[in-house]
Amino acid sequence: MTHRKALPGIWRRFPERYRLEGNKCKNCGEHFFPPRIICPNCRRDGKLEGHEMSKEGEIYSYTIIRSAPVGFEDQTPYVLAIIELKEGTKVTAQITDVDPEEMEIGMEVEEVLRKISEDGKKGKINYGYKFVPKS
Amino acid sequence: MDRVGIIGVGMTKFGERWKKGLRDLIAEAGLKTIQDANITGDKIDAIYGGSMSAGRFVGQEHIGAVIADSMGLNPIPSSRVEAACASGGLALREAYLSIKGGEYNVVVAGGVEKMTDSCTEEASLTLGGAGDQEWEVFNGATFPGLYALIARRHMHEYGTTEEQMAEVSVKNHANAAKNPLAQFQFEVSREQVMKSPKVADPLKLLDCSPITDGAAATVLASEEVAKEYCDDPVWIDASAQATDSLAVHDRKSITGLNAAKVATEKVFKKSSYDRSEIDLAEVHDCFSIAELCALEDMGFVKKGEAGKAMEEGRFNLNAELPINTSGGLKGCGHPVGATGIKQAIEITKQLRGEAGKRQVDEAEVGLTHNVGGSGATAILHILSGGR
Repeated sequence: MTHRKALPGIWRRFPERYRLEGNKCKNCGEHFFPPRIICPNCRRDGKLEGHEMSKEGEIYSYTIIRSAPVGFEDQTPYVLAIIELKEGTKVTAQITDVDPEEMEIGMEVEEVLRKISEDGKKGKINYGYKFVPKS
Repeated sequence: MDRVGIIGVGMTKFGERWKKGLRDLIAEAGLKTIQDANITGDKIDAIYGGSMSAGRFVGQEHIGAVIADSMGLNPIPSSRVEAACASGGLALREAYLSIKGGEYNVVVAGGVEKMTDSCTEEASLTLGGAGDQEWEVFNGATFPGLYALIARRHMHEYGTTEEQMAEVSVKNHANAAKNPLAQFQFEVSREQVMKSPKVADPLKLLDCSPITDGAAATVLASEEVAKEYCDDPVWIDASAQATDSLAVHDRKSITGLNAAKVATEKVFKKSSYDRSEIDLAEVHDCFSIAELCALEDMGFVKKGEAGKAMEEGRFNLNAELPINTSGGLKGCGHPVGATGIKQAIEITKQLRGEAGKRQVDEAEVGLTHNVGGSGATAILHILSGGR
């Protein structure tokens, strides 16, 4: 889990976590997720506009987390991967509904909204994106 | 321009130092280095101390003041610097720059981390802060997990094997067995590494550096002062630093660390030595794969060939290029803020011919490679003895 945060720290990120809202630079054409405030390629010449990222991509790299961080103990072992989305932008997320032994680089996956972690029994529940093998 | 010399070094034993608190560790390393420099406190102009996260490990912030106060050096200006696991390297660099810029003549550069006062889960959470909290850690990434992603991709692109990675730990433990200040003074076999519990596939427990308490400090001086106090100063020949994205997934390629490549180019451009003149190096092996990436990023082997070269023993003690004679982060231990300083101390001891059973023959030029987080900061130094 991340460090326990007050609610604004969570709802501020709903557009990215629930809908994969990123952005793209009209000047250089590169897509960013999470959205960037300044295009690192063009800087002041960049022209950023909103872009909802594609919900499909392929596995760029993966690992099986067996020693879990606080808040993820119930899910261990779980697959964590870097997914390359159609736009070429990469994200880090869990791969769920998969046999860890069947993971391979290049596997096609699609995004789903899932529970990510809980801040204890009485705290908030964090939701966000995970990916599953493409059906 | 005047050179900057290292005229004193000192470090605590690294390990689980249950009887020692943050201040005890600082004072122990501080006293040792000032004695080694044979200098008195009133000659010191300033202090730079690296600490990644004393605030989360022991609840103490304001580490600059803690360092000067613990060492009895008030009211000397004392600053804490932070770059995750490269905090020590950054302290060395800032101290070097402050002398190079002409403001100071004698500066202490140190680093400390008291990690075992946190429970393991808490310590892991704190170390996660070196990565991207919002876009990696939130989604379940751990630090071994991030390096595992690098390792898996390296295996995919270059055919690197888990056995080759295991050889990094075997070598570094063999060196640590010869270092009386190391956390793990024993050897491990390739089989032991391969059979150790999986942490984040393909990384196993013995591919990972440990949680460690420790402090390390050096005394730096301008050329004139260095020659006054010391017969054999070790010179900081060049210093360089570079930055990259906080998150691993934001990089074009993840089979190496671009910040380390850029810092390498810079450090050799500034140095009076070229790559072939480096006799030994301390590199940032927080995980076994990281040492293979480091050797490739710095151009000591071709891209993708570090695993094979490691298996051939080319980086063993007294082979062609000894790497991590201290035992590295894996064998000597990794008190995150102190590691970058420990690397410079190991090279200094080697260049002075004081490295005991792990002494490298005719060591004249050495390099340190210190990385913050999963590669967002890289800091390199070239040190030379004698000439």
